[in-house]
Amino acid sequence: MSWYQPKDIGFAVRGHLDAMGFAARLFGRLLATPGYALRRNVLVRDQIHFLGNYSLPIITVAGLFVGFVFGLQGYYVLKRYGSAESLGLMVCLSLLRELGPVVSALLFAGRAGTSLTAEIGLMKAGEQISVMEMMAVDPIQRVLAPRFWAGVITMPLLAAMFSATGVIGGWVVGVLMIGVDGGAFWSQIQGGVDVWQDLGNGVVKSLVFGVAVTFIALLQGYNAQATPEGVAKATTRTVVMASLTVLGLDFILTAMMFTI
Amino acid sequence: MQRSKNDVWVGLFVLIGAVAILFLALQSANLLSLSFQKSYPVLAKFDNIGGLKPKAAVKSAGVVVGRVEDIVFDDKSFQALVTLALETRYAFPKDSSLKILTSGLLGDQYLGIEAGADDKNLAAGDVISSTQSAVVLENLISQFLYSKAAEVPAPAENGASKGKP
Repeated sequence: MSWYQPKDIGFAVRGHLDAMGFAARLFGRLLATPGYALRRNVLVRDQIHFLGNYSLPIITVAGLFVGFVFGLQGYYVLKRYGSAESLGLMVCLSLLRELGPVVSALLFAGRAGTSLTAEIGLMKAGEQISVMEMMAVDPIQRVLAPRFWAGVITMPLLAAMFSATGVIGGWVVGVLMIGVDGGAFWSQIQGGVDVWQDLGNGVVKSLVFGVAVTFIALLQGYNAQATPEGVAKATTRTVVMASLTVLGLDFILTAMMFTI
Repeated sequence: MQRSKNDVWVGLFVLIGAVAILFLALQSANLLSLSFQKSYPVLAKFDNIGGLKPKAAVKSAGVVVGRVEDIVFDDKSFQALVTLALETRYAFPKDSSLKILTSGLLGDQYLGIEAGADDKNLAAGDVISSTQSAVVLENLISQFLYSKAAEVPAPAENGASKGKP
């Protein structure tokens, strides 16, 4: 391992540049496929079923428990300042703005992104992708595009379910168990949450995360080495890269959206 | 187009997602407050509106009777010009007065409207003249300090005269 030799550095830089260029080209081609996805919407539907319906339990249960925990922790802090009524506002705003999109995107990357990567990686290992190319079927249109658009459609819906169950979880703990006044709980929420500013920006965030996570999963699968080890590595990379990308993008989006 | 049992489940999934968004929009973000109640505009001038924001509630006896539509600065009178949208089903006398109030200690500010005694009712475009500005904490504190400062000399002299001998 002589990493300090100039030729090795050059090789590494060229390799990364090449990967980046390929990723950008693939992204461009995927963005140009909504027409195809509309024509073959049966494929998209099956993928929504696979990505969305099967992610439903983990998303809703996670949302419910995040809501529970927020209800408890928020109550202890807000109680100190005698404003336990704003518990609902705190739970709702933090879910709508941050936790809903981010946590559901992380769960989505773990639950659905990995299976996308593994599926496409194995298709490549079994040379199904090459066979499609031989038959003049574009694998990007036939295999990648339906999964991409299904992921983009599914993500905002999952994030909304996460937030909704989270608010209900906060309500269960705050109002039913601890005994915060229910009317104040909801009226604080309704007074403090704006449709476009909070809910709308949350939906935009989850759309962006859906594009990012699905694209990374597909790219890693498409680039996977055609061996069992290669598929395993690609799956790991999907989770790591998608999670970090979601967190980084979240910071940028928050800085852009919620500047006061 | 092919049909399959997936259709049902995907339909259900999309439906649940739509219900979640609807729940958040209606229950949390209170989209319904942009109600389709018919309303009539009334103007009011305030010396200081404090933290009043558009869409704040207008309440009478604690009941929401309208919303703050718009707040602009009038550079002729150097006052804030607030446009209210009062619901048509509620009528108020012409000499009603407006107050800027705060809900709770940390709550939002809203407008309180108190009915007057005039025979005629407010009509669209009328201007409410008797308004009470928001309470500005800094002014309160400075008033308090001034009144304290005015009181101070008397006890201080007593103390000094007692201390000398």
